[in-house]
Amino acid sequence: MTPNVSEIEVEIMNVDGLHMRPAMQFVDVATRFDSEITVTNGETTVDAKSIMQMTMLAATCGTRLMVKAKGNDSCEAIEEIRDLVEVKMFDEPGVVTDENAKSKD
Amino acid sequence: MKLSDFVCFEAVIPQLASSDRNDVIVELIGALGKAGKLGKANADEIAKAVIAREGEASTGIGKGVAVPHVKHPDISDVVAAVGGSVEGVEFSSLDKKPVYSVILLLSPDGNPDKHLQAMENIFRNLQKDDFRKFLRQATTEEAIKEAIVDHDADFDA
Repeated sequence: MTPNVSEIEVEIMNVDGLHMRPAMQFVDVATRFDSEITVTNGETTVDAKSIMQMTMLAATCGTRLMVKAKGNDSCEAIEEIRDLVEVKMFDEPGVVTDENAKSKD
Repeated sequence: MKLSDFVCFEAVIPQLASSDRNDVIVELIGALGKAGKLGKANADEIAKAVIAREGEASTGIGKGVAVPHVKHPDISDVVAAVGGSVEGVEFSSLDKKPVYSVILLLSPDGNPDKHLQAMENIFRNLQKDDFRKFLRQATTEEAIKEAIVDHDADFDA
């Protein structure tokens, strides 16, 4: 049996980027799932459950990250992470553009 | 960006006098002040801001290190101080263990990207077992400086 793999590209939309507090939120969400979750910015691939590694991504506002989850709850994990990054935007202010103003409703 | 681009070597305290988290923060900010790195910023105010940030969520991320930091409008450029403690400092770390190396980072309010780059650099280094070991074992300013400069060199490759 091969474990389920889910993948998604998310864009960092809060102005301050993935600094330590958002990184901690990301880790908090990731650790709630059994799936193995990795995040890559193209150059560096890190374990989404390690705060030290997540901070290494230095993802500024506008950065796109690939999130990959492997395991039985991979779909749910990916959905929650997308929600945190692109909808909740880590509960921080985002850049106001027509596009994200629309998607926020 | 390299560590030595923003670590202030005049604000390196290999043997911190304080063993209390807040006092350590005040001590490191004091060192930056003495080194003339605070500009128009008030040391007490900056310390208060760092401590408040620390109160929201500990920057003691385990493995004996903590990276207290704050973005403040009175800070003109990214600057860091480094401190060491042989006995360890209680930092409410994620792994509940004491902290032996502290890198305190101050960033201007209006440049989140540069703050992220500095953080990335700090964590990229702290991620390495040997860097943490050298930093922890360094008991002189010279040794800390050496650990930083040596590891910076790795990133040039």
